[in-house]
Amino acid sequence: MSSLKLTPRIVRGDCLEKPDPKALRDAYGSTLVKLGEKDRNVVALDADLSSSTRTSMFAAKFPDRFFNMGLAEQNMMGTAAGLAKGGKIPFASTFAIFASGRAWEQIRQSIAYSRLNVKIVATHGGITVGEDGPSHQTVEDLAIMRVIPGMTLIVPADAVETGKAVEAAYRLQGPVFMRLTRAKFPTVFTDDYEFQIGKGTVVNEGEDLAIFACGLMVYHSLQAARILAEKGISARVVNISTLKPLDKDLIVESAKKTRAVVTAEEHSIIGGLGGAVTEVLSAAFPVPVEMVGVKDSFGTSGKAEELLKYFQLEPGDIVNAGLRAVERKK
Amino acid sequence: MATPAQIENLRKTATGIRINILKMLNTSGSGHTGGSLSAVEILTSLFFSEMKYRANDPGWEGRDHFVLSKGHAAPVLYATLAQAGFFAADELSSLRRLGCSLQGHPSCVCTPGVEVSTGSLGQGLSMALGLALAVRLDQKPSRVYVLCGDGEMQEGQIWEAAMAAAHFRVDNLCAIVDNNGLQIDGPVAKVMGIEPLWKKWEDFGWGVQRIDGHNPEEILDAFATARQIRGRPAVIIAKTVKGKGVSFFENKVEYHGVAPSADELKRALKELEG
Ligand SMILES: Cc1ncc(C[n+]2csc(CCOP(=O)(O)OP(=O)(O)O)c2C)c(N)n1
Ligand SMILES: [Mg+2]
Repeated sequence: MSSLKLTPRIVRGDCLEKPDPKALRDAYGSTLVKLGEKDRNVVALDADLSSSTRTSMFAAKFPDRFFNMGLAEQNMMGTAAGLAKGGKIPFASTFAIFASGRAWEQIRQSIAYSRLNVKIVATHGGITVGEDGPSHQTVEDLAIMRVIPGMTLIVPADAVETGKAVEAAYRLQGPVFMRLTRAKFPTVFTDDYEFQIGKGTVVNEGEDLAIFACGLMVYHSLQAARILAEKGISARVVNISTLKPLDKDLIVESAKKTRAVVTAEEHSIIGGLGGAVTEVLSAAFPVPVEMVGVKDSFGTSGKAEELLKYFQLEPGDIVNAGLRAVERKK
Repeated sequence: MATPAQIENLRKTATGIRINILKMLNTSGSGHTGGSLSAVEILTSLFFSEMKYRANDPGWEGRDHFVLSKGHAAPVLYATLAQAGFFAADELSSLRRLGCSLQGHPSCVCTPGVEVSTGSLGQGLSMALGLALAVRLDQKPSRVYVLCGDGEMQEGQIWEAAMAAAHFRVDNLCAIVDNNGLQIDGPVAKVMGIEPLWKKWEDFGWGVQRIDGHNPEEILDAFATARQIRGRPAVIIAKTVKGKGVSFFENKVEYHGVAPSADELKRALKELEG
């Protein structure tokens, strides 16, 4: 679309025409195998969900370095901490609600407070988990992981970014929580994209509005930007895949440039990306902010696409939020 | 086998550590007296006979590992680490002070010789299991020791870890339960019974020993036996007395988390120094 200014080279020019959906967890599984091949200190743990999280790929290749901990998430996190203390680089996986919720305090004390090098890669985040419903969905994980001191929190936008983020997490010394999903996401990035922990990425340039998004909402924001462009509003779309440490400079710079902000996330509007962005802007450069996210409620059963509509996480919802934000700056 | 002279030495060291525990607790004005005193012989036997480590190089590759899962007993760990030379003994007086390296509960970020952070009960056994698995992957001869409380046995995560350690046939792991029979709100048997504890561990697949946790000879024998156990983890249920060594603290629920007053310290030192 000529109305958009997609960042050349790193964003697929035809991503809106050809979404090319891919599973983030597949990228995780294959990247983990690659890391396992080059570094024998890489180990993996799972809690009876290895086929869903794709640690099964690692398990098949490196059975001696894979630990199925059974249905015991708290012990899994503690064991991962001990493995890290012993010089291993453990990747621990289960669904996002069980990883973040059931084992929160183990992550806090055994991993983060001990500053241990554990990588928690949690799949099935958000509401696009779908039919399994609220018990298996999570709109709280980013809030409760973000609040832990020293935690690095990553929410990749697509499978390409996932693979690169898993490699970056491996290279980082310290705890990481990465949120992946069950649903396949359209592919935004080309292989030339370089992921850097703590750095946001402008994926579309614009002057009238800044949209900060993570996960699936990055793609939805690009779709929204195209609709906004037709209405004469040019939107800068920024992928904030690292929620912590946050790219404050890029957020403030974008707010200064556009003076109207939308945040978009597949998470509660409390405590996640919206919370993080407003924490920065309220102190550094207050501008109107409209938040797109789940409005303080549990999920519900349904198909992923139905749920995105039901919880108002579609491109049209981002458009409406953008119009409100632009209106408020007048 | 330890010689009678070595055992006598351990007893002397234990008394010195008791004295330091009481002094540091009195100086800080708060902290956990009872559960520190009940574990003195266990830590003394570990650090001054059983375990290999280098105090001037806490991260030494060949070391054995120790996790204090019952982190509130930090004073006994600190006094033992100081005695072993991980840091200077005069640091003990800074316990619980702002800006000091001796946090109220063990912190691996702050204190040399503390390997993982604890204080929230129930988590140490899992970390010890992870360490044991790492050691095994690296085919190192190191062993991993972890000390738990008996009230701590009520935490579900303990049994998750117990199940997993047996499942993975981890035999370089030795857990010790400080079986002093008391927790905060009263006797363990009254608050939430855990007996028969030995049977629970046995049923979970561990090699169980029951000993007197204040007798260094029995403790060292149990460690030696534990080293011989193959294909499964070892647990030592050490019968102890909470507040051990100071007559008016012994078996007193109230002295779980209360530091000795100046007068109590004086009387306690009289008993210990004889
Ligand atoms: C998860 C957690 N819950 C509660 C506490 C508060 N607490 C500190 S010590 C203690 C009792 C521990 O009893 P026990 O394990 O028998 O220790 P000991 O008698 O050896 O001191 C409790 C409840 C805690 N530290 N961690
Ligand atoms: Mg007790």
